[in-house]
Amino acid sequence: MSIKTAAFAAAVSVVAVTAAQADIKMAFIDPLSGPFGPSGEAAYTSFILEAEKINAAGGVNGEMIEVTGYDNKINPKESLVQFQKAIDDGARYIFQGNGSSVAAALIEAVNKHNKRNPGDEVVFFNYAAVTPAFTNEACSFYHFRFDAHVDMKMAAITDYIKGQEGIKKVYLIGQDYVFGQAVAAAAESMIKEKRPDIEIVGNELHPLGKVKDFTPYIQKIISSGADAVITGNWGADMQLLMKAAAESGSDIPYLTFYGGSKGAVAALADGAIDRLYQVTEAITNLETSDEQNALVEEYKERFPDYDYYYHRAFNAMRMFKAAAEKAGSVDPIPVAKALEGLTIDEAYGGQVTMRAEDHQAQQNLYISTVAKVGDGVTYGVDNVDYGWKLVEGGSIDAASAEQPTTCEMERPE
Amino acid sequence: METIVFALLNGVIYGLLLFMLSSGLTLIFSMMGVLNFAHASFYMLGAYFAYTIMGATSFWLALFIAPILVGLVGAVVERYGLRKVHANGHVAELLFTFGLAYLIEEIVKIVYGKTAVDYKIPSLLDFPAFTIYGASFPAYRMFMLFIAIGMLVGLWFLLKKTRAGLIIQAALTHPHMVGHLGHNVPLIFMTVFGIGCALAGLAGVIAGNIFVTDPAMAVLMGPIVFVVVVVGGIGSLEGAFLASILIGLLQNFAVGISASFADIFWFTGLSPTSEIGDITVSSLAPVLPFLLLVLMLIFRPRGLMGEQEL
Amino acid sequence: MSDVSQTHASLAPSSAQKFRQRFLPFLVFGAILLLIPMTDPSRTMYALMHQMAIYIVFALAYNMLLGKGGMLSFGHAVYFGFGGYLCMHAMNWIDDGGVWGAFPTFFLPVLGFVGGAVSAVVIGSFSTKRSGTTFAMISLGVAELIFAGAFMFDSLFGGEQGISGDRMNGPEVFGLSMGPQSDIYWFMAFWTILSVIAMYAFTRTPLGRLSEAVRDNPQRVEFIGYNPQRVRWLVFSISGGFAGLAGGMSAVNYEIFTPEALSLIPSGFVLIMAYVGGITYFAGPIMGAVLLTYMSSMMSDFTEAWLLYLGLMFVLIVMYAPRGIAGIVFGFWDGIRGANSAELLRKWSVQLLGCLLMLIGLIILVEVSVRWSNGWGEAFEPFGLHFTHADIVTWIAIFVPIVAGGYVLRLATREKEEMPA
Repeated sequence: MSIKTAAFAAAVSVVAVTAAQADIKMAFIDPLSGPFGPSGEAAYTSFILEAEKINAAGGVNGEMIEVTGYDNKINPKESLVQFQKAIDDGARYIFQGNGSSVAAALIEAVNKHNKRNPGDEVVFFNYAAVTPAFTNEACSFYHFRFDAHVDMKMAAITDYIKGQEGIKKVYLIGQDYVFGQAVAAAAESMIKEKRPDIEIVGNELHPLGKVKDFTPYIQKIISSGADAVITGNWGADMQLLMKAAAESGSDIPYLTFYGGSKGAVAALADGAIDRLYQVTEAITNLETSDEQNALVEEYKERFPDYDYYYHRAFNAMRMFKAAAEKAGSVDPIPVAKALEGLTIDEAYGGQVTMRAEDHQAQQNLYISTVAKVGDGVTYGVDNVDYGWKLVEGGSIDAASAEQPTTCEMERPE
Repeated sequence: METIVFALLNGVIYGLLLFMLSSGLTLIFSMMGVLNFAHASFYMLGAYFAYTIMGATSFWLALFIAPILVGLVGAVVERYGLRKVHANGHVAELLFTFGLAYLIEEIVKIVYGKTAVDYKIPSLLDFPAFTIYGASFPAYRMFMLFIAIGMLVGLWFLLKKTRAGLIIQAALTHPHMVGHLGHNVPLIFMTVFGIGCALAGLAGVIAGNIFVTDPAMAVLMGPIVFVVVVVGGIGSLEGAFLASILIGLLQNFAVGISASFADIFWFTGLSPTSEIGDITVSSLAPVLPFLLLVLMLIFRPRGLMGEQEL
Repeated sequence: MSDVSQTHASLAPSSAQKFRQRFLPFLVFGAILLLIPMTDPSRTMYALMHQMAIYIVFALAYNMLLGKGGMLSFGHAVYFGFGGYLCMHAMNWIDDGGVWGAFPTFFLPVLGFVGGAVSAVVIGSFSTKRSGTTFAMISLGVAELIFAGAFMFDSLFGGEQGISGDRMNGPEVFGLSMGPQSDIYWFMAFWTILSVIAMYAFTRTPLGRLSEAVRDNPQRVEFIGYNPQRVRWLVFSISGGFAGLAGGMSAVNYEIFTPEALSLIPSGFVLIMAYVGGITYFAGPIMGAVLLTYMSSMMSDFTEAWLLYLGLMFVLIVMYAPRGIAGIVFGFWDGIRGANSAELLRKWSVQLLGCLLMLIGLIILVEVSVRWSNGWGEAFEPFGLHFTHADIVTWIAIFVPIVAGGYVLRLATREKEEMPA
C-alpha cells in the first residue's frame, strides 16, 4: 500500500480541523489525479501551507482562511461542474493554474456568474495559466494573474538566446492547446526579431497529456540538428520528454518554462547540468532571509514528494491578505479593487505589483539551470542531489520583464 | 534515412509489445467468443504487480512472478465470474468484462493512488546499447525486443509442438467437437484465459517502466489491442502478429513525419493555413489504428488472416 | 409500413388498464416535476436535477439501442456530442445576431436532435450492417476515431478548450431569461417530459415493435419481408437523435462542450446507467439515470471509493440481476401481489439479510483500505465505531459478515433450487 501522500494528507486534515471556524472559503480547482495530478498537488500544498501560516498569525482581518481542493481532471467542463460545487460550498475565491484551456472556461464562467448573480460575486486568482490573452483581449476585472505570462517568459528566454552565439538552429516542441500554441507563436516572432539568423528547424505540437513515450519526438529533434529546444511543456509531458531525452543520450540544451515540473530533473540527473534551463519568478537557491529558507525546509519536510516551487502561490496568498487588510473587508469586490496596483515585497528581494490595467502581476524573473548540490546550490529537487542555480546574467528585474497590454477593462461600480 | 531506421526500430518493438498483449486476447476471443474488455487491465495489473515486487525484491523476480500472479487472477475471474454470465450470452459477457475493467481500475486507484507510480528500469539495463545517428538506443529496449521474441517462440512452440497446443488449436475453431472428444472444455477455457492474462501481465511488466505506470494505462491501451485483434482476424495468431507489427510501424512512422496535408496534397491547391492543410501526418498517429479498424470492418470483416467473418 | 399485428379483441387491454399503464405514470411524473420548484430547491439541488434530466433522456435514447434494438454500443456519446456541439455553435450564432438572432435558446435541443440524428444516419449507414459483437466493435472504433480526430479540427470542436457560449442571448420564450437555475429547470422539465413521451410513443409504433423483433430474431423478420439492417439503421438514427437532444440540453446547462464529451468515458457511463436501471423495462434507464447521477454527485462527498461501489454494483447486476433495478422493483411488486407472497417475502428477506451482511463487511473492507492506502492515519468511523487497519477487530468485522452473508445466500439459493418459484 502506498504511503506516499502521508504528509500531504496530514496537512489536509490539519486544515480540516480549522475548517470549522473558517470564514473565508477558497476553492482550489485543479487536477488532483491523472498525469497532471502532481502539478496540482504541489500547488495545493503550497496554498494550504500559506493558509495555515496566515491563520496562525491571526488570519485576515481576524478571519480564518480555508482552502479546499476540487479535482477537475484538467477538463474544462469538469472544472465548471466543480466551480458550481465550490460556489455552493460557499467559496468566493477560486484558485486555478494548470491548463489555460481550463482557465479560459473558468474566466468565462466567473464573468457569467457575476453578471447573473449581482451581490454574490466570485474572484478568480490564476496562479499559473499563462496564455497572454487572459490579461490582454480577454481580460476581466474578476481575474488576477500571479504568474508571468508566455510573452514575458519568452522575452526572457529569447534575450538569453540573443547572447548565445552557438545557437543557430532551434526546435520548438509543445502541447497542442491554446498555451502551447501561444508559446510557439511567441518563440517564432521573438526569435525572428532578436536573432534573425536563427533557423527554426521544427515546430511540433503533441497532444496534451497523452504521449507516454517521447522517444520518436526526441529522435526527430536529434535528426533536425537543433542546437537548442524551446518548450512550454509541464507536468507529465515535461517529465516524460526529459526521460526520453535522457535515454537518447543527446546533449541538446532545453530552454523551458517548467523544467521544475516534478521528476524532470531526476529523469535527466547528471545530464541536466547546463542542459536544462527554466524561467521562473523565484529559485530557492537565491539569497534570502532565514525565515524564507525555514519555509522552504518546512515545505519539504511536510511534503517530501514535492519541492518548494510555487513561490507565486505564497505571493498570491500574501497579496490577498494585504488587499483585504487595505480594503478592511474580505468581500470579493472590495478585495479586488484593493488588489489593483497593490505592491508587496517578496522573499527573494524583489517586489510584486498587481498592474491595475490588466491584473497581471509584475515581478522579477530568473533564468536558472541545474547544478549539483554544493556547487552553489543548497536545495536539491526531486529528492536527488541536483538543484536550480541562477545562470550568469539570468536575473531580469520586473521593469524589464514588463510587457504592454491591450486590455480594456470594465469595472463594476 | 534516420527517420526510417528509428521508426523501424521503435515500431517493431512497439508492435511486438502489442502482439504480446493481443495474442492472449485473440486466443480468448477465438475460443470463447468473449471479447475481453478487461484485457488491458491485466496488462496494467502486470505493471503494478511488478512495481510492488520490484520494490520488495528485484526486477528479475518480478519478471517471473508478476505474470504468473496476473494469470492466476485471470483464471479466477474466468472460473467465478465469466463462466457464470456465459449462460446469458455474449453481450452479457462483454458487459461483465467491461464492468471488470472499471473495477480493476478503481481498485488500482485505491491501492496505488491516483497518480503514476515510479516504476523504474532495472539499473542493470540502464545503459545505452548502441548509438546511431547521434542518438543512443537504450539497452532496455533491446531487452524488450528479446523478451518479446522469446515469448513469440515460446507461444509458437506451445501451440504447434505440444499436445496441449494441438487441443487449444482445435478448440479455437471447433470447441464443440473438442468437447465431444472428451476434453474438459471449461478447464481449457480457464487455462487459456489464464495464459492470455499472464501474457498481458508480462507485457505490463516490461512496458510499465518504459511508458508510465498509472491507473489510465489500461484505458489507453485497451482500444488499440481490440484493433489488433479485429484487424488480424478471428482465430489467427499470425494475423494478430501481422496487425501488431503493422500498427506499431504505422504509428511510429506517422509520428516521424512532419509533413502537413498541404505539403502532401499540394496539387489540389490546399492552403497550408487552412484547417485541413495544417494537419500534420504526425498528429494523425493516434487516429490511424482506429481508421484502420473501421475500414477493415467495412471492407474486409474477416480481418487480415481470419478464417471467419466477425 | 403495413400492419402486422393481429387483432384479438380479447387480448386488448381495457381502457382502464390502458390508462393505468400508459398514461398514469406520465401524469404522476409530470406532477412531480411541477411540484418540485415549490420546495424551493437549493442551487446544488437544481444542478443535480438538471444533470438527472440530461441523463434520463440520454439513457432512454441509449436503451432504444441496447434494450429495444439489441445493439450494444460503446460509442453513443458521439451523437450526444454532435448534438451538443451543434447547439454550442448555434448558441454562438445566436450571439452573433442576423437570422440566427431570432432563434430562442429554449429550442436549441431541436437542433441537438437534428445534429445527433444526421450524424447517426451517416455513421449508422455502415455500422448497423452488423449486430452483436461486431456492432459493438465498430461503435468503439468509430468513437475512438472521432474522439482522436476531434482534436484536429479546432474550429469544430474547440480543441482542449472546447466550445463555450452564453445561453442568455436570443429572444425569450415563456418569460424565461434562461439565466438563473430556476429558469433552466423549466427548460429541462419541458424537454425531459417531451422526450420521455416521444420515446415511449416510439415503442408503440410498428417500427418500435419491429426493432424488438429484429433484436430477438432477425432471420424471421427477414422472412416476413422486412430488412433488419434497415430497421436497425432507422432505430439507430432516431436513438442518435434523442442522444443529440440530450446533448443540446447539456449544452444549454453547462454552456460548454469539450471533446471529452465524445470519448469512451461518457459512453461507458450511459451504458452502465441504462443497464443498472434495467434495459428490459422502459422505466429502467430512468431509474438508472436518477440513481447514478445522485450517486455520482452525492456519494462522492461521502466516500472516495464511490466509483468502486459503482463498478461493483454494475458487475453484480450483470451477474445476478440482468434485469436491473427495475427488474428487482417490478419483480418485488408482482411478488407481493402474487399468490404465494408470504413464502416469497420470507425468501427475499433471507436473501436481503445475506446481501446486507456481505455489504457491511465489504464496505468496511473498502473504506478501511482507502484510508490505509491514503496513509492519513485516519480511521473509518461509522456510527461512532472505530476501524483501523492495524486492529484485529476490524478484520473480524470485515470477514465475519462476509462469510456469514455468503453462507446465508448459499442457503437461500439451495432452497430456491428445491422449490422453483
